[in-house]
Amino acid sequence: MAEKILMKGNEAIAHGAIRCGADGYFGYPITPQSEVMETLMEEKPWETTGMVVLQAESETSSINMVYGGASTGKKVMTSSSSLGISLMAEGLSYLAGAELPCVVVNVMRGGPGLGTIQPSQADYFQAVKGGGHGDYKMIVLAPASAQDMYDFVGKGFDLAFKYRNPVMILSDGVIGQMMEKVELGEMKPRRTSEEVAQQCPWALTGKHSGRNRNIITSLALDPNVQEKTNQRLQAKYAEIEKNEVICQTYRTEDAEHLFVAYGSMSRICEAVVDQAREAGYKVGLLRPVTLYPYPTANIQALVPQLKSIMAVEMSAGQMVEDVRLAVEGKVPVNFYGRMGGMIPSPDDIFEAFVKSINK
Amino acid sequence: MDIKDIIKPENKVYAKTPILTDAVMHYCPGCTHGVVHKLIAEVIEEMGIQDKAIGISPVGCAVLAYNYIDIDWEQSAHGRAPALATATKRLNPDKYVFTYQGDGDLASIGTAEVMHACNRGENIVIIFINNAIYGMTGGQMAPTTLLGQVTATTPYGRDAKLNGYPMKITELLAQLEGTCYVTRQSAHNPAAVRKAKKAIRKAFENSMMEKGTSFVEIVGTCNSGWKLTPVKANKWMEENMFPFYPLGDMKDR
Repeated sequence: MAEKILMKGNEAIAHGAIRCGADGYFGYPITPQSEVMETLMEEKPWETTGMVVLQAESETSSINMVYGGASTGKKVMTSSSSLGISLMAEGLSYLAGAELPCVVVNVMRGGPGLGTIQPSQADYFQAVKGGGHGDYKMIVLAPASAQDMYDFVGKGFDLAFKYRNPVMILSDGVIGQMMEKVELGEMKPRRTSEEVAQQCPWALTGKHSGRNRNIITSLALDPNVQEKTNQRLQAKYAEIEKNEVICQTYRTEDAEHLFVAYGSMSRICEAVVDQAREAGYKVGLLRPVTLYPYPTANIQALVPQLKSIMAVEMSAGQMVEDVRLAVEGKVPVNFYGRMGGMIPSPDDIFEAFVKSINK
Repeated sequence: MDIKDIIKPENKVYAKTPILTDAVMHYCPGCTHGVVHKLIAEVIEEMGIQDKAIGISPVGCAVLAYNYIDIDWEQSAHGRAPALATATKRLNPDKYVFTYQGDGDLASIGTAEVMHACNRGENIVIIFINNAIYGMTGGQMAPTTLLGQVTATTPYGRDAKLNGYPMKITELLAQLEGTCYVTRQSAHNPAAVRKAKKAIRKAFENSMMEKGTSFVEIVGTCNSGWKLTPVKANKWMEENMFPFYPLGDMKDR
């Protein structure tokens, strides 16, 4: 029986990093995710696995440290919350442009501006539609439990290196602060220099006579070259969309109404599904686990059996736009959300649902 | 005498280091970047560290440094090179990691990154080219632009009331506990070039001794930005830059 330990979602990120063989973490304190770096500092992985942990002077610096580490083929990551991620937007665009693998965790809090330290899901657009400049995409994973937080670090690195692309774990203050039992996986050793050189021929491992010099850059002054870079990136994103969609469904077999919710909201909506079923409504839930690529086809497959859909988010309605794009007007898509750090209760959602189908 | 009789190994007095590629440099004639690139390439060759050197190029005229020095390179966002270097070195302590940055990149937008990398005493080399102007964007005021100096954004000369004062970032960095070697050099005549090369070599050697950050400023010319011929630019630099940015070691421990 594997070890199960009660911990916060944020702590699970730290343990996930150490145990998946991460080489480096660079971060800056910000609520509600500071436990990530605190746990790493307490665990002192530099004495065991050799993992580097460093507190940077700003989020700007953290993300650029990630860029520097990723350039050498190392598994590097950072974590922050909303406004800190805004500061990282430049770096994220550079990472995507230079095709560097990394994991970036956003434990979302309410905004805009300095906002609140309470949970929110208002950074969906920023994560999924861009945030930084240029035509780029990040793979976005949405954890709904402390276990997901642990698992998605290793999974995130696998995807990041498979596609040479930044991966974002888009979490929120609920998942980050909530304590749950987490099953810790096997300790995976960090890659050796030889393994890095072999698996990442693009990485800066030192120019030797056996190869040309490696250059990590997102610069192409010639627009013909820059367009080709963009075409290559778009082809990669198409591959990601084809191969990497993950979503979960709950009681959708005979559902006539569907909740679509991710992260902490999917946990609450699961309870609402049971509550609505008891009240006689045939309701199911679809939880996108990857927000990019979005489970568009999975939603479309359910459309013929549905009378309505309700997207539930801790935002003014961001993911709901992708639901509407998927549904193409074939069934009504309703929305229920709370903003600025407020968490809806199952009763709030159930009431909104009943109202939406009787309007 | 036929030329072929002269081109013989025993007559060789100078050869371009193979670490410098054959790419045609995009720098303006008279620019200091080319000279400093050559010095870095020579140091890398002489130390035998081509396979251990990682360079980090800035945003600015030297953004394409990776086209000219035949080692592995990272191209950084504007001003962030010391952050990249920090992680690169910490994750690869066997590598010689250096940044190459201009005054706009290092002393304006990248002030926080350079200050904190130096304060942490990262075992890296920072080469800082100070020509008191933004070259690539067309000659605007830099943090190091001298009072009275005319640039595209100080058309009537830099005025302290309007624009603040020229920043002596190197003196600031010398105050930090984390720096082990802080020096200001130039490359305007053969003697200065030889001294600058020695400083660069020392900085590279320091980076393997866990002594802290080595910072080499090189006061240079931007004759296009200054709108002077190369010869006049050198003279202007000696008369105006050196009194405000005096050459020499500020710290060596």
